[in-house]
Amino acid sequence: MFKIVRKEELNPTVKLFEVEAPYVARKAEPGQFIILRVNESGERIPLTVADYDRQRGTITIIFQEVGKSTKLLGTLEEGDELLDFAGPLGVASHLGGYKKAAVIGGGLGTAIAYPQAKKLHSLGTEVDVITGFRNSSLILLEDELKAASTRLFIATDDGSNGNKGFVTDILKKLIEEGNKYDLVIAIGPLIMMKMVSLLTKQYGIKTLVSMNPVMIDGTGMCGGCRVTVGGKTKFACVDGPDFDGHEVDFDEAMRRQAMYKSHEKKSLEDHICRMGLGGEAHA
Amino acid sequence: MPDMSLIKVKMPEQDPNIRNTNFTEVSLGYDAEMALKEAQRCLQCKTKPCVAGCPVNVQIPEFIKLISEGDFEGAGNKIKETNSLPAICGRVCPQESQCEQLCVRGKKGEPVGIGRLERFAADWFMENRESHIACSARNGRKVAVVGSGPAGLTCAGDLAKLGYEVTIFEAFHVPGGVLMYGIPEFRLPKALVQKEIDNVRQLGVNIMTNMVIGKVLSLDELAEEGYEAVFIGSGAGLPSFMNIPGENLNGVYSANEFLTRINLMKAYKFPETDTPVRVTSSVAVVGGGNVAMDAARCAKRLGAEKVYIVYRRSEAEMPARLEEVHHAKEEGIIFKLLTNPTKVIGTEDGWVKGMECVEMELGEPDASGRRRPVPKQGSEKILDVGTVVIAIGQSPNPLIKSTTPGLETQKWGGIIVEEETGATSRDGVYAGGDAVTGAATVILAMGAGKKAAKAIDEYLCDKHGKKE
Repeated sequence: MFKIVRKEELNPTVKLFEVEAPYVARKAEPGQFIILRVNESGERIPLTVADYDRQRGTITIIFQEVGKSTKLLGTLEEGDELLDFAGPLGVASHLGGYKKAAVIGGGLGTAIAYPQAKKLHSLGTEVDVITGFRNSSLILLEDELKAASTRLFIATDDGSNGNKGFVTDILKKLIEEGNKYDLVIAIGPLIMMKMVSLLTKQYGIKTLVSMNPVMIDGTGMCGGCRVTVGGKTKFACVDGPDFDGHEVDFDEAMRRQAMYKSHEKKSLEDHICRMGLGGEAHA
Repeated sequence: MPDMSLIKVKMPEQDPNIRNTNFTEVSLGYDAEMALKEAQRCLQCKTKPCVAGCPVNVQIPEFIKLISEGDFEGAGNKIKETNSLPAICGRVCPQESQCEQLCVRGKKGEPVGIGRLERFAADWFMENRESHIACSARNGRKVAVVGSGPAGLTCAGDLAKLGYEVTIFEAFHVPGGVLMYGIPEFRLPKALVQKEIDNVRQLGVNIMTNMVIGKVLSLDELAEEGYEAVFIGSGAGLPSFMNIPGENLNGVYSANEFLTRINLMKAYKFPETDTPVRVTSSVAVVGGGNVAMDAARCAKRLGAEKVYIVYRRSEAEMPARLEEVHHAKEEGIIFKLLTNPTKVIGTEDGWVKGMECVEMELGEPDASGRRRPVPKQGSEKILDVGTVVIAIGQSPNPLIKSTTPGLETQKWGGIIVEEETGATSRDGVYAGGDAVTGAATVILAMGAGKKAAKAIDEYLCDKHGKKE
C-alpha cells in the first residue's frame, strides 16, 4: 500500500498528491510516469511523475478530475493509501546539453512540464516557460515554475489574467524577437502540442512532446498506446512517452483518444448514480 | 482387471449455447464416480511411457492407481511431489501432445484421460485438504525471481522447499502472469489460480507486486540488495502486429490488450469494474493458436453475434489445441481458413468498419515444415467487422534485456540459455519459460522453472561449499 502524505488542491479540479513509494522515488526522472490503482475494481491509471524526493522516498503526482477514476482518486485524503503504484515507467527525457529551451505547458500539462523545466534549469539551461490556461482561476504551479525558469509567461484563453492568447502566440513572438531556442518541450492537450510542433517546424527547432494515450500495463505488453511517429508504430509506454513533435501523427492520436469516450461517460454516470451525487457531470 | 472401454469417461461441460453467454468454467470436471471409472482404464504399464511425456515428471501411473483405490488425498500428494500447480495443469496442459500421446491405450481407442484425472485429484485436494509441504530449514540465502507466471511460481516454489529465501517481483498488480491476464476465466478460473499462488506463498515465498524489474530495479541492483541468484521468467509479453494498413484504427486490438482488459481487469463486468473493452456485433480474430481461440470465445461471450477466426493456413496446420478448436466451433465461432488480412478499413473518423482479406492456397512446405500459404491474386474480399483482434503471436518483453548489460538474447528477443540448466550468459542469472522460448505452454514454462531451481541450488551450493 502506498500512503498519501500530502494533498493539495491546485485549482477546483486539479489535485496534487505526494505519495510514499520509496522504490519508485529512488529511480524516477523527469518524463517518466507511474501507474496507480485506487481499489480492487479500479482501472490502472497512468500519471506522469510531477516531482520526486529521493530522501523522503516520495513521488508527486498531479491529476485533473475528469472521469470516474480520477474523481474517485480525488476523494482520497492525506493518510489514505493507494492500492497499487508501479513505476517509474517510460524513458526519461534526455535534457542534458541544451543552451536555451522553451518549456510549454497547456492546462494540466503544466504539471508534467514542471519537472522538465526544473531539471533543465538545474543543468544550467536558460529556460523560458510558457503556460496556457482557459482562465486565471485555473493557473497552476506559478511559484514553482517561477523558481524553475529564467522567465515565466502565462497566457489565458479569456484574458482574465491580463494576457489573452495561446501559448503558440507567445512562443512565436519570442522566437521572432530573436530568442534562439535549441529545444522546445510542449506538454498539454494533443491539439496544443500539434500547433506548437507545426510552429517550431517552420523554424527548425527541435521539439519534444509527451504523449499520454490510453494504456493498460505500461510495460509494452498491450500495445494499446500505439502512436505513429515518423510513419512507424511506437508504443508510448516503452518507446516514449517523449517523441519528436515533428514526427508524431497527432490526428491519429486524437482519434485514438476517443476510443472509450462512450464507456467513460457510462462509467461516470454509473458512478454518480451510485454515489447519489446527482447533478451535472463536467468532463 | 482394467476397464477396456475404448473411450474416455466423458467430462461434463456446460451446454455450448449457454456457456457462450457466460464466463463461468466450460468443463465441469469428473465427480468421484467418473474418476474411479476412468482410473480403471490405466494399464499400470511398468515402462510408464506417459511419464516421459511430462515436462515436470509427474508419476502418472502411481497417482492414477491411488485414485482407483479411492485414495484421492494420496493421489493429490503424489502429483504435488513434482508438480506445484496441478489444478492448473489439469486444465490447460496439451495432454494430447504429451503424456496422453504416449499412452499405450491410445494405440487402439482413446488414451487414458490423464489430464482429467489430474484435474480431479488436484481439485479434490484443494477442496478437502490443507496444503502442507515440508520445506528444508531456511538457509538465509536470497534468490530473486522476476515474473510470477508459471515459470516463476514453479522456480520459486521449488527453491523455497529447498530452504531459500525467495522473493518474486511481479510487474502487474496481481501475481500469476499469463494465468491471470491471458487465459480466460471460463478455461481457468482465477479463484483457483489464486489458491495455487497462496500455496506458493505458504512455502515462504514473498511476492512483491507493482515491481517492474528493469525499471524500478536492475538485475545489478538486485545483486546489491543481497540476491545471490536471479531467475528471469518474464514471459512473452510483446505483441506482434501484422504491419498492414489500418492497424492503428480504433477497434484494432492486440490479443494481449483484448485479453488483459477482459481477464485481468475484468472488463466483462464493466461498469461494475472500471476498465472497458469495446466489442462490436461482428469481430475478426486473426490467428490460429490458443490465444486466438481464447480471444474469439471472449468476444462471443461479450455479445458479438458473429465472431470470425481468420487464419491463413488450413485447419490441419492450426497450432491451437484440438479441444479449443472444438469448443470454439461448438460455441458458434466461424472459421475463415486459408484467409489472410491485407488491410483494415476505417470510417472517416477512424473506426474499424471492415477488413480486407485475400484467399490463400497451400504451396511447398516452409521452414516450420508446414505448407506455405500463398495468396490467390485477385481474390480480395471485405469482411464486415467493427473489431479486429490480432492474435498472431508474442515475443519476449525487451525491458530486462535492454537494462541488463551482458545478457545475451536471440535476434527475436528470446534470452539465450543452457538447455539443461537455464543458465544465461550472466553468472548467477537463470531464465526460463516464454522469455526464453517465445510463446509456448504453461507446462513447458513450469518445466524450465523446475530445471532452473535445481541448477540455482547447485550453483549456490558450489559457491558456498556443500550443505551441512
